[in-house]
Amino acid sequence: MNRLSVSLPGLELKNPIMPASGCFGFGREYANLYDLSLLGSIMIKATTFETRLGNPTPRVAETSSGMLNAIGLQNPGLQKVLTEELPFLAQYDIPIIANVAGTLTEDYVEVAKHISAAPNVHALELNISCPNVKCGGITFGTDPVVAAELTAAVKEVSSVPVYVKLSPNVTDITTIAKAVEEAGADGITMINTLLGMRVDERTGKPVLANKTGGLSGPSVKPVAIRMVYEVRQAVSIPIIGMGGVASTQDVIDFMSVGADAVAVGTANFVDPFICPTIIEELPDYLDALGVAHISELVGRAHR
Amino acid sequence: MIRQERMQIVRHKQLAENIFELTCIGQLVSEMKEPGQFVHVRVSDSYEPLLRRPISIASIDRETLEFTMIYRADGRGTTLLSRKQVGEELDVLGPLGHGFPLHHDEKGSTVLLVGGGIGVPPLYELSKRLNENGIQTIHVLGFLTESVVFYEEKFRALGETIVCTIDGSRGTKGFVTDAIEVLPANFQTYYACGPTPMLRALQHQMPTIPGFLSFEERMGCGIGACFACVCKTESLPDKEYVKICSDGPVFPAGVISL
Repeated sequence: MNRLSVSLPGLELKNPIMPASGCFGFGREYANLYDLSLLGSIMIKATTFETRLGNPTPRVAETSSGMLNAIGLQNPGLQKVLTEELPFLAQYDIPIIANVAGTLTEDYVEVAKHISAAPNVHALELNISCPNVKCGGITFGTDPVVAAELTAAVKEVSSVPVYVKLSPNVTDITTIAKAVEEAGADGITMINTLLGMRVDERTGKPVLANKTGGLSGPSVKPVAIRMVYEVRQAVSIPIIGMGGVASTQDVIDFMSVGADAVAVGTANFVDPFICPTIIEELPDYLDALGVAHISELVGRAHR
Repeated sequence: MIRQERMQIVRHKQLAENIFELTCIGQLVSEMKEPGQFVHVRVSDSYEPLLRRPISIASIDRETLEFTMIYRADGRGTTLLSRKQVGEELDVLGPLGHGFPLHHDEKGSTVLLVGGGIGVPPLYELSKRLNENGIQTIHVLGFLTESVVFYEEKFRALGETIVCTIDGSRGTKGFVTDAIEVLPANFQTYYACGPTPMLRALQHQMPTIPGFLSFEERMGCGIGACFACVCKTESLPDKEYVKICSDGPVFPAGVISL
């Protein structure tokens, strides 16, 4: 019996661990370090219709137990992802979750239509929560009506299940979660980064060229845990949880509050082998908890 | 191949004001092939500070499996690193990036190596290797002031060495470009590592001489996945940007838009 297997819309995962979008590129770099087939899935870097060069540097700044980034969705564009990146990943036995971004609804729809047809893309992750781009991104994710409309438009053209990535930068995340569920979302991924800022101690000026950036890393975990807990009570579709996951215990915590699977983001930068390490450690954790299958952990906090 | 290893610290000493030399031993050294590559060091087992620190490789001894890095302790991470004791283990990821080319110049030729501050260390392994290949090296090493000068004698043992300081407290007064201005132009190639304004000035000063420049930029992952350290390119028709960590840190002069 595979004690770690997880079944989600479009995704038969051998384990619930996957690198989060934006923290793993298109997998090529980590493929030099370990066999990607070990992973449950990979949430590939956001893909936009056109090539994007992202924001000026510096694009990252360290904070207390966290990191601010303002990469700005740099990616080679839909065509190159379809012809170069996804075929590269096809050599691995792994379902891919393609993160889709855009400026206008039509951009999202166009990318979703084509990328969902790629043979190894098994689900989409709708990026309505990137805080680092002027248009699109978070502007779609903070208004329940707009988020629902976009979800419905993408659902119409996508040939695979659609997960919507929620922003924590809202007053009530459950409102957005419910709106996208009603609009037909097959699942929710959460959370994206928290909008933050750091000033240089010597100059008093912002460190990031973009001035503000998205906060990630262990410092955001309590916020993410609280939000997954709240959203689990508000919707019935699956949740892939993330936000500061850096250890096996963190994975258990996210599943306990209601995540069906868990993504690892910034921790990949600290320890590039963190995903395979967690996957290897999980069975011992299950033994210690007296649990036969990992799914038994999901939602313990609500019982 | 990139490896992650808990390496043992075998030597650690202060060379100059806030400048430290740290030597580690481990199998990872057998993968270190090019001068100019770097390692990504985790300075704490906790999440504070969170990210690894990129530090250039100053010398490699593949026989003893030891390598040395020289760093400046000026932030939280490098200050913590400076407190590490001999015998302790250090989480090292590397070797990372692409270094300086070793076969660009013919045996018997003379090349110029230009370092600025904490950009000096990778030039030491480069100079050793070039000298082993029968290439003569001239070194121009620029520092802020006398108290932060290091490795002067080590470079002198490998070839002509000019040290300059901004305040004139040691060697020639002024920038590396001032020292180069009065050098006889008998070198075929220049290799440089240091702050971006210095690299820009060198490229401007020697537009017709082939050069190889090592860049630095704030990094997240160090392996090319996070897109934090990208730079726009000038002369690559099919590539609008490069990543300093994985495409570099060394690029031929003219490639990066300066």
